[in-house]
Amino acid sequence: MRIGDAKQNYEADEAILSSSTQKIWFALFLLALLIFPFMADSYLMYLGCLVGIAVISTTGLNILTGFTGLISLGQAGFMGVGGYTVAWLSMNTGLPFPVTLLLAGLLAAAVGILVGLPSLRVKGLYLAIATLAASVFLHFIFAEWESVTGGMGGLSLEPAHLFGLTFQTDFAMYFIIVPLAVLMVLAAKNVFRTRIGRAFIAIRDRDISAEILGINLLHYKLMSFALSSFYAGVAGGLFAYFFRVVTPESFPLSMSIFYLAAVIVGGMGNLLGGILGAAFMTLIPEVLQLLTAALTPFYPNAPIFMSPMLEIIFGALIVGFLIFEPHGLAEIWHRIRRFFSLWPFRN
Amino acid sequence: MSSILEINNISLSFGGLKALQDVSFRVPENTVTTLIGPNGAGKTSLFNCISGFYKPQQGTISYQGKVLTGVKPPARAALGLARTFQNIALFRGMTVLDNIKLGAHVHMKSGLLGSLAYFGAARREEMAVRHDVERHIIDFLEIDHIRRQPVASLSYGLQKRVELARALAMRPKVLMLDEPVAGMNREEKEDMARFILDIREEWGITVLMVEHDMGMVMDISDHIAVLNFGQVIAEGLPAEVQKNPEVIEAYLGTSDMDSLRKKLNSEREVA
Repeated sequence: MRIGDAKQNYEADEAILSSSTQKIWFALFLLALLIFPFMADSYLMYLGCLVGIAVISTTGLNILTGFTGLISLGQAGFMGVGGYTVAWLSMNTGLPFPVTLLLAGLLAAAVGILVGLPSLRVKGLYLAIATLAASVFLHFIFAEWESVTGGMGGLSLEPAHLFGLTFQTDFAMYFIIVPLAVLMVLAAKNVFRTRIGRAFIAIRDRDISAEILGINLLHYKLMSFALSSFYAGVAGGLFAYFFRVVTPESFPLSMSIFYLAAVIVGGMGNLLGGILGAAFMTLIPEVLQLLTAALTPFYPNAPIFMSPMLEIIFGALIVGFLIFEPHGLAEIWHRIRRFFSLWPFRN
Repeated sequence: MSSILEINNISLSFGGLKALQDVSFRVPENTVTTLIGPNGAGKTSLFNCISGFYKPQQGTISYQGKVLTGVKPPARAALGLARTFQNIALFRGMTVLDNIKLGAHVHMKSGLLGSLAYFGAARREEMAVRHDVERHIIDFLEIDHIRRQPVASLSYGLQKRVELARALAMRPKVLMLDEPVAGMNREEKEDMARFILDIREEWGITVLMVEHDMGMVMDISDHIAVLNFGQVIAEGLPAEVQKNPEVIEAYLGTSDMDSLRKKLNSEREVA
């Protein structure tokens, strides 16, 4: 049960982790993230990195779609901008990874602002189509601007480096990706404690009255696009460093839909939801593969039946979650918390 | 008494429908000025013109001696024009506290980087706003027990009060209230009337409101303008307006009580 929770000042009341229980759990979670690479085999390591990248990108899209209410199908395109920026910089300049990732984020943000310009006039599905057009356009640039992007063959890049250290293995990349993911999620959380985050939510809930309250719609919509694409750009840059090759097919349209699904399944307008959604969408296909492998000794034909079924089961799981948990995976977490905040009473 | 807001010859039409025709009236500073009139008279349209949401085809609105034509709605908010809406326009995805803090948006300066880091000036500014909101607004409107609740879970009367709190957080000079007590019970109405009077007296804010509850209008208004079919038909003190035959006609259909009685009797005979 949650007791002894009285706050002495507003600062303590506005803290992200407001009780000592929360602080302990968060510290344990960080510790688990730190220990994980030393315990995990290479396959789990690979998955851990993928989830980290997905968390960054999903958080970015959540800012735009979940919190600001602007549906975007351009996320993969923005990630592509980040990925190609990192690849090009790594081939041509030899800058260390913090600089290349920052530039990747900034360039993606600039592209995001351009793509976001129609958002003052068009909303909802129309905006989704406008961003879809932008992502097709970006894909075309990746494929055709051969002198910079290497055309259909793409670019391969050097491993990330900093102060003479190179980050060649998944193990090393984990220590770039996961801390960045933690930092970027915390930064997003901060935004929603301040005027800018409130302005985003106001635009989502009632744009007309937001304007009369003094919020400049275009300014904040573009800021949301910029922030969201910055996250996508950094995620794309990490993606490039992780796979060490980028091609136009690294960032297909289906990837944009993947992230949109992650936001919706996790819980729109909920940062925890974005994290859970990203993990769900990345891990469930893998879990289904593992299940197939586990069944094979008993039913030797399992792979033959299961492989084509995986996509269907995956889709059915998403539909199931949307029906039974329309507010997303985050809602399950909130229910658990509510249960324990009163436990052992009234359960 | 000087007027803080002057409406001069405003005309607004939507296609063939003339919502406002040559409307002029003034809002004297530090008064409760009320705009009354039958449904569809154009009261909310006029509010929307003042907020900058509708652009009148003719006429001007001056605020503190400056003409507002061409000033966009967010800029008008920054100048000190705040309002509430007839059909509550709170942000349903936020708590009461966040809704109120949002009102202070125009007075805050922190940028994106400060927000991301929640450090230094951005953090101090948030804390200052929290202090201000808690001490002056939440206490004053007696809503401290609901500050953590999502607004969607509140009763209608409380939602109206939160909307008033949000408007006060904008630190306005003119507060426009669109039907502040519609749909409230007696107790809630009395609370709201008390708040409105306190806002004028203690905060020195000029209140411009649209309201149908004549008891309250006559009790708390200093100045009344009557709108009918998009035109101002009377303006003045509550007692003057009450006696104005044109106003009675607008509300009751006729000023001639004898003919009204006859009409009612004949209807009874038919039935």
